[in-house]
Amino acid sequence: MSVRRLFHAPAEPADLLIRGAHVLDPRVEIDEPLDVLVVRGRIREFGDPGTVPIDESIEVVAGEGLHLFPGFFDPHVHLRTPGQEHKETLATGTAAAAAGGYCGIVAMPNTAPTLDSAPLLRALCAQAERDARVPVGFMPAITRGLQGEELAEMAELRDAGALGFTDDGKPVVAAGMLRRALQYQRLCGGVLALHEEDPSLSGHGVMHEGAVSARLGMAGIPSISESTMVARDAAIAAYEQGRVHFQHLSCVESVEALAAWKAAGAQVSGEASPHHLTLTDEAVLSLDSRFKMNPPLRSEADRQALIAGLRDGTIECIATDHAPHAQHEKEVPFEEAPMGVTGLETAFPVLYTDLVLPGVLPLGLVVERMTAGAALLDLPTPAIAVEHPANLVLLDLDASWEVGARGYASKSANSCFEGRTLRGVVRMTVAAGAVVHRAEAPAEVLT
Amino acid sequence: MTDPMRHLLSIDDLDRAGIERILDRAASFAEVAGREIKKVPALRGRTVVNLFYEASTRTSSSFELAAKRLSADVVSIRAATSSVTKGESLKDTVQTLTAYDPAAIVIRSPHAGAAQLVARWTDAAVVNAGDGKHEHPTQALLDVYTLRRRLGALDGKRIWIVGDVLHSRVARSDVLAFARMGAHVTVSGPPTLIPRGIEALGCEVAPTLDRLEEADVVYVLRMQNERMSEAYVPSLREYAARYQVNAARLRPHQLLMHPGPVNRGVELSADAIDSPQALIAQQVEAGVVVRMAVLYELLAGAGTAPAIEAVPEAVAAA
Repeated sequence: MSVRRLFHAPAEPADLLIRGAHVLDPRVEIDEPLDVLVVRGRIREFGDPGTVPIDESIEVVAGEGLHLFPGFFDPHVHLRTPGQEHKETLATGTAAAAAGGYCGIVAMPNTAPTLDSAPLLRALCAQAERDARVPVGFMPAITRGLQGEELAEMAELRDAGALGFTDDGKPVVAAGMLRRALQYQRLCGGVLALHEEDPSLSGHGVMHEGAVSARLGMAGIPSISESTMVARDAAIAAYEQGRVHFQHLSCVESVEALAAWKAAGAQVSGEASPHHLTLTDEAVLSLDSRFKMNPPLRSEADRQALIAGLRDGTIECIATDHAPHAQHEKEVPFEEAPMGVTGLETAFPVLYTDLVLPGVLPLGLVVERMTAGAALLDLPTPAIAVEHPANLVLLDLDASWEVGARGYASKSANSCFEGRTLRGVVRMTVAAGAVVHRAEAPAEVLT
Repeated sequence: MTDPMRHLLSIDDLDRAGIERILDRAASFAEVAGREIKKVPALRGRTVVNLFYEASTRTSSSFELAAKRLSADVVSIRAATSSVTKGESLKDTVQTLTAYDPAAIVIRSPHAGAAQLVARWTDAAVVNAGDGKHEHPTQALLDVYTLRRRLGALDGKRIWIVGDVLHSRVARSDVLAFARMGAHVTVSGPPTLIPRGIEALGCEVAPTLDRLEEADVVYVLRMQNERMSEAYVPSLREYAARYQVNAARLRPHQLLMHPGPVNRGVELSADAIDSPQALIAQQVEAGVVVRMAVLYELLAGAGTAPAIEAVPEAVAAA
């Protein structure tokens, strides 16, 4: 019996013809203008523009001049439910995902209470079946209460629908505890996603340790607090022949450690966030708490290493670490502010604007990395292929928008890109066969 | 300087000419301080709010005195006796105080960037009286003022800043200000208390005091007791043995400074504190006139002639 691991509210399956959009799915090597026909939520066929016949029941979406990609997948978001619904709910978080072009997201367990038991997981899955606009998977805690002292009931949680396990927000400090979790993984499966940070090195740090933290007099989080744990945990995973995924990698040394352990045959993978790929600790000179997150924005050399790692595949996927916080929580001095920034609504446009347009990364590679997170969690990869469920994002890559000018679908506004003008507007998102987002587009774009 | 300065949040808000203009005005206020009636009417009818979230003696009292000598109305709020202890946020406190239409808000906070935030939430001019371990720009100005009075220009002078640089906002503002005035700055202290990357501020790092004799000025920082429990140094005894500035280490030509309060016998020996080379009392004295000049610069406008004529006695007595 296969266990369901993604949950969403029922929605009417789409009947659509997306006409003439430039279809790009690097995995199946499509890169040309096509008509794509979706019937009852599945991709029925595609063909040269104007060649796919339809009947009157099918809505025609003018895609000329637009791009159509497989829907994005984010293995790392915080939906703040249960317990912190003033920051985000399943409804608002998945609306933000839909607005960002995502067809699937994975929620972290650092909620109140911690998602660490099967009854709570079942209740959340049921809630997602009422409220979630796009499919959501849940990653419960590795250790009870994220305390790092006792394992959560991993096998029961897997049976209840857990995608994998993570103590995200905190590291599994004790090597022996991580080893036990990896041994238990042989029983129940499920990747262990790791937030890597040695608290004896990160201490009370609030930003990257370097010239900027020296200038601002703020306690630094050195790169080695992450990279030493990546190296340690990759070694433990290799020893136990287990599988771990390193979350939000931020520095040169971590990318090097990941590459070395991959070369040695360990089952390890990694993700990087749009903010670490496009910003550095120089942004913190503004003392604006919207640039506070964990791991922190690091140096330009670190940013370049992440880009190189993404390019050569050392880092498999992009994850936003979407971490909403209420305005009053962030409107405090930098050191006092909670860690985290939102990211679902800006991920693709910021990568497109800052990395693709200047020629740093090819568009196809970014699309591939924006969708690769699913496979790392043993989920099917969104693909533009006949008879696959429709998971699609339709974008206008020539249109620009100002982040935050029209508010956010997320309940929170703590975007580190607020005020930026970005290229790339999501016109439509189709997730699990249903239309989950349509931009109220200016008329001239859709005609 | 083209635009008049709105706030003093960081030494970076001032170029060399701006620093010199403020210090020249401070010197003219020093003449007033020598008179029997020490008040000038520059800020009569205007309100200055002192908002202090940290214990402070000399900074808060000198700001208060500076505002009063400019004839401003002064409201001083201390965190321990205000609604801050009832959980009111900084933003709400500032918005409440803004209802009094203050001309300036002077803020001391344990957190870097607090003054920047206050400046965002109020129309008043904001003066940073110390934000976390970030900056203390008026301390740096009074330090430059004190040195200028003694040395004339700082150009080419060698200034050593010794001690717990990691936790010192004074060190950061001083490095920036001294360097801007043409001095060559070296920071020295235990490697655990020198922040990685500090050279980017425009200073050199020396791990020991072996070359201290090259300094024209030795600026000693306060060494706080809790640094031991945090394992930054093994003991105050070992710290004092390596880094205490005392008569044996001080050369006769060197000037000695300290932002206060001093831990006698730790970072400074009693003989050094009480030596004629020490400018510690002059620093305190400079605090009032320099802060008068800062408030004047922000509130009475740059470029106007200093209004240093004394208040008529009838007004002063009122």
